[in-house]
Amino acid sequence: MTRLLFNFLIYPGFLFTACFGLVASWIDRKVTARIQWRVGPPWYQPLIDLVKLSIKEITVPRSASKGLFFLSPLIGLSAVTLVSMLVWLVNIDPVSKGFSGDIIVIMYLLTLPAIAVILGASASGNPLASLGASREIKMVMAYELPFIISLIVPVIKSGGLLKLSEIISYQAVNGSFIASLSGIIAFIIMIFCMQAKLGLVPFDASEAETEIIAGTCIEYSGMLLAILKLTKTMLMVALPLFLITLFWQGFTFLSLWKYVILLVIIILIRNTNPRVRIDHAVRFFWGKMTLLSIIAVLLAIKGM
Amino acid sequence: MSLRLKALTKSIWVYHLSTGSCNNCDIEILDLPTPRFDIERFGITLVGSIRHADAILVTGSLNLKTIPRVKAIYEQAPKPCVVIAIGVCSCGQGMFKNGPNCPNPVDSVLPVDIYIPGCPPKPEAMIAGVVKLIEKLKGNITTSTS
Repeated sequence: MTRLLFNFLIYPGFLFTACFGLVASWIDRKVTARIQWRVGPPWYQPLIDLVKLSIKEITVPRSASKGLFFLSPLIGLSAVTLVSMLVWLVNIDPVSKGFSGDIIVIMYLLTLPAIAVILGASASGNPLASLGASREIKMVMAYELPFIISLIVPVIKSGGLLKLSEIISYQAVNGSFIASLSGIIAFIIMIFCMQAKLGLVPFDASEAETEIIAGTCIEYSGMLLAILKLTKTMLMVALPLFLITLFWQGFTFLSLWKYVILLVIIILIRNTNPRVRIDHAVRFFWGKMTLLSIIAVLLAIKGM
Repeated sequence: MSLRLKALTKSIWVYHLSTGSCNNCDIEILDLPTPRFDIERFGITLVGSIRHADAILVTGSLNLKTIPRVKAIYEQAPKPCVVIAIGVCSCGQGMFKNGPNCPNPVDSVLPVDIYIPGCPPKPEAMIAGVVKLIEKLKGNITTSTS
């Protein structure tokens, strides 16, 4: 019990992933700044932002539904903590950790942050936040379909294994799935879905700061905003690591370059694309991406 | 220096409030995040929502229509929050001093912490002003409160 709590709260759950994510988010800001020919913030900037937010006043709008307004950031944070703990543990100790069907659990837990954001935004009673919430709902419906279909690809290729640690050991024997045709197609689709799940630029219509101010988190301030930022930051660690586990033989501390490559891909997509309109995003995910993911599944059944 | 003061001064999120300005100061403010000045080096970013703000940049001469809005905006900001008056209009009404629509200077409505005059002030002047504000918050500069 204490060991489980230690795993959840400190290593490799909340504290470790949060520190990791703060470094990743600093890399994000720094690389973005360098691409725009600027110098960029110092390394402690994401941490000091969080500290500053947590000592600010928490304002609650009069029209807000108070319980849900306070609760929803915590729902998102705990879901992300659970996902990151599972993914780290399975990779650090593939023999004993994990359980059959943990892919499905992680798949559901990864939708929880988006649902928490929707709940919090609609509880805050702001018209722009509800606009952001409706966009977020459309975005979730759009990217979940190709995400789940391409999640089937590694399951098919490993012969019906639903346990992350067994998928890692299967790849260690038979080569990583990313080397096959269906694997690389599914991986690329997952990268686009990851961009949408993280709410980064081509798919950030739900908190588009130039049109609907801050969208879903417009009414949040102080500690609650810090929790929302931290959730995004930790998702930036958990999602790429989940992808590497599924398609790229898992990772150890020596093979963290895989994570860095994925992070740089995310940052480059973010910095070289304009924001797409919500109907374009839905058409992109339900059209091209779903078609491609079905092709990937068919190829995986053929064994390619 | 305490951690609280350090966190507050190293990460200033700025909300930009135009109270009926001619947009000249606003354009100069938007020079600050560009590569030439790059105030993100000091953790200063522009935010869209007043709930995220640590500093309010007020531009323009306050007119009768905007007074209640400005009051509402300031009340919505999470404290501690500083107010920076940018441009000669918001510092001392400028050429609208005898105008019938702008009877109140900005500092009669908001507790202004620092004044940055100019029409418009140069970005360097704004950076110098923010540096002075940080020094004042740290207690290195004492000002008379008249």
